[in-house]
This record gives sequence, structure tokens and C-alpha cells, in this order.
Amino acid sequence: MSQSDPGPAGPAALPHERQAAGVHGGDQDEHDDHDDEGGASHATLRGYLTGFFLSVALTALPFWLVMGKVIGNPGMLAGALLALGAVQIVVHMVYFLHMDSRSEGGWNMLALLFTVVLLVITLSGSIWVMFHLNQNMMPMSPQQMRNMP
Amino acid sequence: MSEAAALAQPGSTPRAAAAAAPAAHDFLVRDHHPGNGTLLGFWLYLMSDCLIFACLFACYGVLGRSVDGGPTAAELFELPVVALNTALLLLSSITYGFAVIQMQRRRRGGTLAWLALTALLGAGFVAVELNEFAHLIGEGAGPQRSAFLSSFFTLVGTHGLHVSFGIVWLLTLMAQVARHGLSAANRRRLMCLSMFWHFLDVVWIGVFTFVYLMGVLP
Amino acid sequence: MGIRVSEPSELVHLLLGRLTLEAIPLHEPILVATFVAVALGGLGVLGALTYFRAWRPLWRDWVTSIDHKKIGIMYIALGVVMLLRGFGDAIMMRAQQAISFGDAAGYLPPHHYDQIFTAHGVIMIFFVAMPFVTGLMNFVVPLQIGARDVAFPFLNNFSFWMTACGAALVMASLFVGEFARTGWLAYPPLSELAYSPDVGVDYYIWSLQVAGVGTVLSGVNLVATIVKMRAPGMTLMRMPVFTWTALCTNVLIVVAFPVLTASLALLSLDRYVGTHFFTNDGGGNAMMYVNLIWIWGHPEVYILVLPVFGVFSEVVSTFSSKRLFGYASMVYATVVITILSYLVWLHHFFTMGSGASVNSFFGITTMVISIPTGAKIFNWLFTMYRGRIRFEPPMLWTLGFMVTFVIGGMTGVLLAVPPADFVLHNSLFLIAHFHNVIIGGVVFGVMAGISYWFPKAFGYRLDPFWGKCSFWFWLVGFYFAFMPLYVLGLMGVTRRLSHFDDASLQPWFQVAAFGAALIALGIACFLVQLVVSYVRRDALRDATGDPWNGRTLEWSTASPPPAYNFAFTPRVHGTDAWHEMKRRGFVRPVDGFVPIHMPKNTGAGFVLAVLSAVCAFGLIWHMWPLAALAFAALLVATIVHTFDYARDFFIPADEVARTEAQRTRLLASHV
Repeated sequence: MSQSDPGPAGPAALPHERQAAGVHGGDQDEHDDHDDEGGASHATLRGYLTGFFLSVALTALPFWLVMGKVIGNPGMLAGALLALGAVQIVVHMVYFLHMDSRSEGGWNMLALLFTVVLLVITLSGSIWVMFHLNQNMMPMSPQQMRNMP
Repeated sequence: MSEAAALAQPGSTPRAAAAAAPAAHDFLVRDHHPGNGTLLGFWLYLMSDCLIFACLFACYGVLGRSVDGGPTAAELFELPVVALNTALLLLSSITYGFAVIQMQRRRRGGTLAWLALTALLGAGFVAVELNEFAHLIGEGAGPQRSAFLSSFFTLVGTHGLHVSFGIVWLLTLMAQVARHGLSAANRRRLMCLSMFWHFLDVVWIGVFTFVYLMGVLP
Repeated sequence: MGIRVSEPSELVHLLLGRLTLEAIPLHEPILVATFVAVALGGLGVLGALTYFRAWRPLWRDWVTSIDHKKIGIMYIALGVVMLLRGFGDAIMMRAQQAISFGDAAGYLPPHHYDQIFTAHGVIMIFFVAMPFVTGLMNFVVPLQIGARDVAFPFLNNFSFWMTACGAALVMASLFVGEFARTGWLAYPPLSELAYSPDVGVDYYIWSLQVAGVGTVLSGVNLVATIVKMRAPGMTLMRMPVFTWTALCTNVLIVVAFPVLTASLALLSLDRYVGTHFFTNDGGGNAMMYVNLIWIWGHPEVYILVLPVFGVFSEVVSTFSSKRLFGYASMVYATVVITILSYLVWLHHFFTMGSGASVNSFFGITTMVISIPTGAKIFNWLFTMYRGRIRFEPPMLWTLGFMVTFVIGGMTGVLLAVPPADFVLHNSLFLIAHFHNVIIGGVVFGVMAGISYWFPKAFGYRLDPFWGKCSFWFWLVGFYFAFMPLYVLGLMGVTRRLSHFDDASLQPWFQVAAFGAALIALGIACFLVQLVVSYVRRDALRDATGDPWNGRTLEWSTASPPPAYNFAFTPRVHGTDAWHEMKRRGFVRPVDGFVPIHMPKNTGAGFVLAVLSAVCAFGLIWHMWPLAALAFAALLVATIVHTFDYARDFFIPADEVARTEAQRTRLLASHV
């Protein structure tokens, strides 16, 4: 009888290996192909190679920028490095981790987005809070003491 | 199932039950198999791991300039070594990718070969990193020297520990593939390790950007 | 190179680390008495197990069980046991604070008192409240979504034993060594090696790390279960509200607990390796620990309270015989709380000095987060309005919650205002506030959940008379115990003090001690209730599986459900699926059963958890060979376990038929 599957992507999985009792007929491998990547796109040679060469470029570039002292302004340089790193992370997500909005019915993407949001909150929140705490509470240098109002 | 025999309450006649009761398959499924949750579960675990690294990055962000009068990042970091390490890890990512392609083609030998190469590249990464650590400690710039060095060693070291565990897992999986072949369970495990391995490369992008490259800036 | 051990003591020192006979607190009469009581009680239990030949069934049916129902019951049992220990700590503190004024020093020296308030907090949060809510979610969620078990049954078993081993480590600190004296969050620099060189903080760190692994894995497990294993037709917006709150809770667990793991790991690096994360010197920053630990700490309290919000939703609708009002807004409120809980953490340290701009931001977010909870209260009230309310014990606990939690919530909003918090931070007002919401919320909710789902788990209801006694003692006792603390806090009394100079405060503390005594009676009534219900179980029997005329799928199963939960997976067409099925005249099939695929029991989870605990013990006492050996064994055992591919079996169709026929007979005899 038909089953309406509400959330999970992919057809019903076959639970286990060939040892399983013969309740499930048919070639288990056919079904399992879809479940390998949880409904995500298959890995392809072209995909991996594209990701690889993009990553090489996105790695060589920041190393060159720093080691070659290409950009003078440290703030701008830092911004460029972070941007390049972020782009490379996206490249890894797409080409190596096969991240798309379809895998696991969108739950993988949702989990990733949620985690990234919390990561940003944790990082930026901690740095913001600690910057203010340090400014107000950490020991002052003698020069700061002398300049107190 | 025979609905005519589907009586839960005694006292009601079969005819009345069949007429009044909706078909049992309105409410029940005969043979339901929920989708396998391993890949999603492992992805969720990776998200939790991501947050551990977030804390370590936050610590490095806050304490990264607290050198206690000791050596700074600019004085200590050797970017060519970092470039080498990055290359090794990136290469190991692509070799794992090739292993996955072999797995999709159900080629056990090919899978094992590329896995072995991945393990070697990973081991190379760990070796270079251990060498770097030993060198720093020898110079008196160990994790106990300052908060900057504590957070450096912990962040980079935790990543290296993850890679090491990954290699152990990889070798175990190689043994299991050799023994049981590319069964459904083993393919699932290979995909989990694939996610783990690529995730570690993602974290490394953060490390070499945030720790090493930005660390040497004034 | 050979290790030349010139004296036996060098080898002993290597093997035993800093563990010596002095670690056994023979000079502390309270501990000696506790140990004697525990030893006698323990021997009694062991004797009974032997006498009734229960060892084999215990191992086969409980310790190695991967059945979510058994694991859920074990979590709750763990919570009850640890409640007794945690409450013992509370009684001791109340007693001390009621008598120690002026020249009277009381009976607890500060050295001991400090361990007691630390242990009280750690135990109540990590080993009472967490196991209680985890146990409820474990037991109920698969049944509510029409599943046979959780997504990862072995991991479930392993998670439970890791939590239990963490609890065991804390209990061990009573008799071997000491516990931390830092408060339940172990702030540095006090928790650093320089100021707490003894094993106490190490017991704290490692018991929480062991238990924390269990918790995170449990979180992953339940999220995957809810996402992947819902019955056909059960879309997200058709899930029971308890399952929704369980989903959000476990999402929070997955993203919050790693922060605790990291923070404790960094503290342990400071203590073991000499790093400078949170030390006073070397560039360390103790405030960073406070920041990180509360990034975990605030979501943690929502992890505790969201499941009980779910319990109340189920109880209110069942005992008002009415559909829950505002299902969609309940769901949105829960999701909003989940996200916002990550944006308020600084309100736990307004006074640490981050300044006005930072404080205002977090003060505002803290006030905003109270709004969705308020929406929930209104939804519950609207559900009750014009319902046919039955005042069974679960409903009593719910009503007690609604009044009590609202008061606690309001004091929370008061504290959210930074200038007010500057006066009230770390005063008894704060203590009163969080006990108000935790007892009024989590404890009352867990008691409601236990009395609500007990018949499902054991096949008979809990005795209502003793349940009502327990409720009233708890409710009245709570107000006597904590309302004085609000007053004391407003007067300026600081927390965690074991002695006071101002004798005019004493009457307030005496009232609080009286309240604690009432709560003790409430707990006693609960224990009596368990015994009396067992003795009277035939009179209290739940033969239909649906003793409350429930609305969700768990009530469609037998009480207790068979191992496989559902002979046929339900198909769902809307919310309150079981209510719909009853309304449309669903008739239970009595034949046509198919073989059911089930996971096998295993001892691997228990073994791995015990090895983890041994490793932790070695690390605590600096017994490096033991720790290294246990860790290696842990690694090997894990790898060996992964080589076990035969982890499942099929229940044959005729066995399913026999079990179902048994239920058919029971239903018939009940009519």
C-alpha cells in the first residue's frame, strides 16, 4: 500500500544488509544508492576537481596577499582574508560536502544555517562583550593611569 | 488484513463493524520503514563539533593578542610551513573524493587505494604539525607561555586531534571494507567519514585564515 | 631505559597519583553517617537482587536494553535517586542558615558548606532536572510520533550510561576526596589550580564532561528521530506540542552543550597543563570563562523548561477535554524562544562591567524573550476556558505551575533591568527567582509528566490521594521556602553564606527552613505514592491503554506498550491523531500481522560508559597509568563495537499476533 512520506527525503530505506530476513525483496542496492548521500546529489569527478582547483586558487591568493605584503592597510587586508576564507568555505560546502537545499529534505541546510548563525553570535558576541569588559575592567597601564580624568 | 475480522469490542456484529468503522488502512500502514537517519545524525554531530571550534576560535579572538610580554604570532609563525600543511590537507580532501567516486562505482580496490593515500596525506599533515609544535615548545613558546599561545595550541591542536582520530577511523573503515565489502552500512560509514574529513578541511580554512594569516598582521 | 623504582612508594605514587587514605573523610561525622547509611542500603539492594535472582534479568532487560521506554524509565529513576541527594544538600543548607547567627556557628563549617551548595546546584541541574526531562522525552516522543524506537537505539543506551556514570562520579566525591567549593559553575580564578588545588574541581569537570557526552548524543538522537521517523501523514504542524518542544529542546542541546564541553576543557587545560586561558597571570582572562559558560548556561535553562511547557500543553488539553488553543502560536513561540535563548546570556553577569551599551542590549533581549512564554500561558488559559476540567494530579501540578511560574517569570523580568540587577545580583532575590521558575516550572512539570505518563509506562495509575498530598506539600512548601528569600534579597542579603551577623534576619530563614521541611514531606509522599500504587496496582490498573481519554498517539498503545510499540505504524491525518481515530470509530485489527524489525540489546554502551568513568577517575586523582589504560581500552572497545554488524533481528509475525491477542483479551475483559 502506498505511504505518504511527510518530511524525510528519499524513498523508504532498507534497514540492513543482505542478512536481513527476506521480508524485503528486490535489489537493496538500488534503494541504497539514493540513501548513501541522503537524497543529496551524487559525487562526480568534475565536481570534485572544480572544487579542488577553486580551493587551490582561494588558498594561494590569501597566502600571496600576506606573504607578498600586497595590501598595505591591515584592516583591508584582514577583510580580504576573511572574505576569501568565507568564499572557500562555501566552495567546500557545495563541491565537497554536496550541500544543497534538497539533502535530507532541507534539514541539512537548516541545521547548517542555524549553526552558522549561532557561530556568528558566539564569535562576534564574545568579542564585543570581552572588548568592553577588558576596556572597563582590566588593569590599566601606567600611562592610562596618568591620563585618568 | 481482513477487516471483517477486525473486532476489538465484543458484542458488536461483524456487519455493523464493517459498515460503521472506516477502513483500517485509513489509520494504519502495513509495512512502514522510516528512512535511515545516520547521515542526518552525523551531520548534526558535526554541527555540535562546529560549535566547539566556535568557542576555541572565540577564545583565540579574545586572547590572541595577550602575549604577556612573550613571543607574538608574527615572530613565531612560519607561513611556508602552514602553506605546506594546507596543501597536504586539501590534497587529502580530493583523494577522499576520488575514494567516494570509486565507492559509487562499487570498486572495492580503488576505494581502498584512495583511502590509503588519504590516510598518508593526513598523517603527513599531523607530522608536520607535531614538528611545528615541537619546534615552538623548544623555543620556549609552548602553551604555558601566554594566553595567546594557550589558545593557539588548543585550537590548532584540537583540529590536529580530530584529524588523528579521523585517520584511526579511516584505517578501521578500510579494514571493514576489506572484510565486508562496499555494503550499504559501509557506504554509509564512508559517507560519514567523508563529511567528517571535509568538515575538518573547512575548519582548517578558518584556522589558516584567522590564526595564521591574520595573526601575523600588525 | 628501565624505570628504576628505588622505593615502593615511587611505584605506588605513580599508580595511585594523589589518591591516599586521607582522601577518605573519616573525620567528618556527617559523611561517615551518610556512608554507613548508603552502604547498608546498598547492601540491602544487592542482597535483594541476589535473593530474587534478579541479576540476570537486570542485565538482560534493563542494563543492556536499547528500548527507549526502558531507557526513559531508567533516566527518571536516576533523577529520583539524585533528587534525594540534592535535596539532602538543600535541607542541610536550610538548617545551617536557620541557626547560624551571631555567635552561633551552626553545624557546618564553611569548608563543608561550600561543597554542599556547589554539589546541590550541580546535582539538581545536571543529574536531576536533565535526566528527568530527557527521560520523559525519551519515553514519550517515539510513541507520540508513531515510531518503534529512536533513530539510534544503541547510542541512546550509551547516552544514559554516560549520564549515570557522571552521577556516580559526583557521588564518589562524597566518600573519596572532596567536591568543588566554587559554586555550580566553577568560576575561575577560584576554580584554577592556584586557589583550588584539590580534587574537587576535577571531580566537577570530569563528571560533567562524561555526562555531557551522553547529553549531546541524546540531543542528536532525538532530533534525528523527530525529523526522520514520524508516522506517514504526520507533518511538522501535525506533531503533538510535546514533540515540538522536544525537537526545539534537543536542537538547543546540540548547539549549546558543546560550549560547556569547550569551556570545561579549557579550564581543565589550565589545571592539568598549565595553560593561561582563565588564570590571573600569563595574559589569561577569567571573564572569558564567565562569558562562555553562560553562552551555554542560558540555553540550558530553556533546555530544562521547554519540555515541561510541552508536558503542560498535553496535560491541559487532555484534562480540559479540549483541543489545545492556538497550536500554531504555541509552535512559533517555542521556536522563537529557542532562537532568542542564544541572545540573552549576558544578563547573568550585568555587574561584571561590560558597560551600559552592552548591558542595555542584553537587557532588552531578555525582556523580549518573556513575551513568547506569556503567549503560552494565555494559550493554556484559553484552552481551559469552557473546557470540562478534571482535577487529576497532573492537572493540579499544571495549575500550581501556572501561578508559580508567572511569579517567577515576573521577577525575572525585574532582574532583566540592569540597574535593578546591580542591586539584586547574587542576592537571595536571585536565588528565589531561579528556584521559583525551576521548581514552579521544571519540577512541577516533571511531576505532572510522571503522573500523566506513569500508567502508560507501568500499566497502572499512580495513587491519586498520595499524589495530591505530594502536590500540596510541594506547593505550600515552595512558597514558605522561597518567598522569604525574595524579602531577604531585597534587604541585601548575599547568596552562599553559611553564617550571618544580623540576628534580625533569623525569622525569615526559619520560615524558609519550615518550607523546606514541607517540601521534604512532599517528596516523602511521592515515594509513598510509588509504593502504595504498586501495592494497589490491580485496583489502579489501566487496561485500555488510554486512562485519561488522551488525544495523542501514545494512548493508542497498550499500557505498557509492547517492545515494538505499534504492530502497524499509524497513519496520521491531523493534529491530535488518536482523538481523531477514536472519533472516527477506529477499530483495532486483530490479525494480518507482519514480522517487525527491531534492534538487539547490547552491553557495549554500559562497558564504554564505565571505561569512561574509570578514565575520568584516573584523571581526577592523577593516576596517569590508569587513565591512559582506560582511555586505550575505551578506544579499542569502540573500534571492536563497530565491527559488530549484526545488531538487529526480527520479531516473527506469530509472536506479534500473540502479544496483540493478549491485549485483545485484556480489552475484552475490561468491558
